[in-house]
Amino acid sequence: MRVYLLQRLLIGFITLLGMSIVIFVLLRLAPGNIVDIIFASAGYVDPEDKKALIHELGFDKPLIAQYGSWIVHLFQGDLGKSYHYDVPAWEIIKPRIPVTVELGVLSILVAIALGVPSGIISAVRQDTWLDYTFRIFSLAGLSMPAFWLGMLVILLLVRNLGWVPSLLYISPFENFKDHLLQFLFPALAVGYRSSALIMRITRSALLEVLREDYVRTARAKGQRETLVIFRHALKNAILPVITVIGIEFAFLIGGLVVTETVFNLPGVARFLVEAILSRDYPIVQNLVMFIAVIVVLSNLIVDFLYAWLDPRIRYAG
Amino acid sequence: MKEGKWLQILRRVGRFLRRKPLGAAGGIIVFLLVFTAVFADFLATKDPTRTHPAQTLTPPNRTFWLGTDNLGRDVYSRIVYGSQLSLLVGLGSTLLGSVIGGIVGLLSGYLGGKVDLISQRILDIMQGLPLLVLALVMSAALGPSVWNVILAISVPLVPRAARIIRASTLTIREMAYVEAARALGSKEGRIAFHHILPNTLGPFIVLTTAQLGSAILVEASLSFLGMGVPEPYPSWGRMLSVSAAEYAQKAPWLVVFPGLAISLAVFGFNLLGDALRDLLDPKLRRQ
Repeated sequence: MRVYLLQRLLIGFITLLGMSIVIFVLLRLAPGNIVDIIFASAGYVDPEDKKALIHELGFDKPLIAQYGSWIVHLFQGDLGKSYHYDVPAWEIIKPRIPVTVELGVLSILVAIALGVPSGIISAVRQDTWLDYTFRIFSLAGLSMPAFWLGMLVILLLVRNLGWVPSLLYISPFENFKDHLLQFLFPALAVGYRSSALIMRITRSALLEVLREDYVRTARAKGQRETLVIFRHALKNAILPVITVIGIEFAFLIGGLVVTETVFNLPGVARFLVEAILSRDYPIVQNLVMFIAVIVVLSNLIVDFLYAWLDPRIRYAG
Repeated sequence: MKEGKWLQILRRVGRFLRRKPLGAAGGIIVFLLVFTAVFADFLATKDPTRTHPAQTLTPPNRTFWLGTDNLGRDVYSRIVYGSQLSLLVGLGSTLLGSVIGGIVGLLSGYLGGKVDLISQRILDIMQGLPLLVLALVMSAALGPSVWNVILAISVPLVPRAARIIRASTLTIREMAYVEAARALGSKEGRIAFHHILPNTLGPFIVLTTAQLGSAILVEASLSFLGMGVPEPYPSWGRMLSVSAAEYAQKAPWLVVFPGLAISLAVFGFNLLGDALRDLLDPKLRRQ
C-alpha cells in the first residue's frame, strides 16, 4: 500500500514537472516578443523601461535559465507580478481561489447526484424508453455549451422571476441565502454538463458487470433484484465511475472558465480569461500551472480512493 | 456485381437505422449541417455581414426570420453562414489532431520500447490539461486567425487519437498476417503503414466523429471569450458573446438561436459517434 501511494506521488510530481515544461514552451510559441506586448499593453513608453522590463522578466537570459528561475520562484510561492494591475499576482489570485473551489465542488456534487442514479436506471432498464430518455438528456447536456446554458438560465430567471443576478460577489458570511443562490445556478449549469459523462460511464460499467457470472449466480439463487444491483453489481461497477468523477473534476475547470464569465463570479478561471485578454503572460503561465496542480491533485485523490476501495491494488504494491 | 455491392451498402444502412435509431437521428442532423454549409449561398436570405442600421434588434419576422442583432445584421443568415465556420474549424482541427495523433500512436505502438514509453508520458501530460484551457492558451499565444484556431484546437486532440490508434496497433501487430508480411521480407515502414494502418481505420473514424462535437464546442467557447476566429466571419460562439449578453433581455433571440445551432450540431455528432462506438464495441451489445 505504502509503495503504491509513494509511487503515485512520484508520478504526480513528474507529471507536474512535465506540464510545467509544456506550458512554458506553449507560451513561448507566441509570434512576436512577449516583452513588446506587455510593454504596449501595460502602458510603458520609455525605452529605458523596456530594458528594465526585459531584465525583470529574465528575457535576457537563455530559455533554460528562464524556466529554472520560474520553477524556483514557484517553489518559493512567488507567483510573480501582474503587469496589467502592477501588483503581486498572489494578491489577485488568493481571494479568487475559494470562489472557484466552491463552485467546482458544488458542480461536481450536482453532477454526481444527476449522473450516477440516471446511469444506474439506464443500465437496469437498458433499451427501454426510460433508458433512451436518460441517454438523450445526458447527451443533450454534453452538447450544450456551458456558457449558453448559463445565459438561458439567467434569461429565464430574469424574465419569469424578476431575479437579477448580482454583479458583485456576495460573501457567505454577509448573506448566506443570497450567496447560495448566486452559486446554485452556475453549479447547476456546469454540473448538468459534467453529469453526462458520469451517467454514461455508470451505465456502461454497470451493464458490463451485470453480465458477469457471479451476478447470474446471485439471481439464480433467488436474490432480490435490488440487492443484486446495489450489493453485488454496483460495488464492482463503481470503480470506473470514481475515475471519471476525478477526471471530470479536473475538466470542470475548463467549464468554469466560461461559466464564471457568464455569471460574473470573481473566480480564478475568469481571471485567466482576463489575463489572457490583457496579455498578462506571466500571470497566464502561473494560472495554467495552478490548474495543472488541481488536475494532478484530483488524479492523486482518485488513485488513493482506488487503493482504499480495491484490495487488489492495495496489496499489489 | 456493382449493383450487388450497392444493395449491400443499402442493407447495412437500413440495419443501422433499425438498430440505432438515435445514431440515425444524429446522422440526419450531421447531414443537415453539411447541407447548410455547402448551400449557404442559396439558403441565406441576406448578406450575413451587412448591417441594417434602421432595423437593429428587430424581433423575428417575415424579412428577418430569426430577428436582427444590435447592428441590424440578419441572425438567420449569420447562423447559416456560421455553419461553414463551425464545420471548417471542427473538421480541420479534428483531422489535423487525429492524423498527428494517429501517426504518433502507430509508431509508438509498433516500435514499442523507449519510443513508446516516452511518447506515452508526453501524451499523458498533454491530456492532463483541460481541453479548453490548453486551446485557450494556444490561441492566445498564436493570435487570432482561422488557421490558428484550428491549430489551437487540434493540439489537445492529439493524445486522444494517439491512445486509440496505439491500442489497436498493439493488437494488430501480433496478428498472423503481420507476421506473414514480416516473414516475406516486408520493410518495417511498409508493415506499419500498409498492413497495420488500414486496419485501425474503424476506431479512427469513430473517434473522429465523436471528437468533431467537442471541437465545435471548443471553437464556440473560444469565440465566445473573444479568442476565436476574428470578424467578419460569422461564428456561432461570437454571436453569443458580449453583445448578445448585453441585449439578452430586450432581444432573447440573440441568445436562443445561435446556442441552439451549436447544441444541435454537437448533439448530432455525439449521437452519431455514440452509435458508431456501440457498433464497434461488442461488450456493450445486448446479449
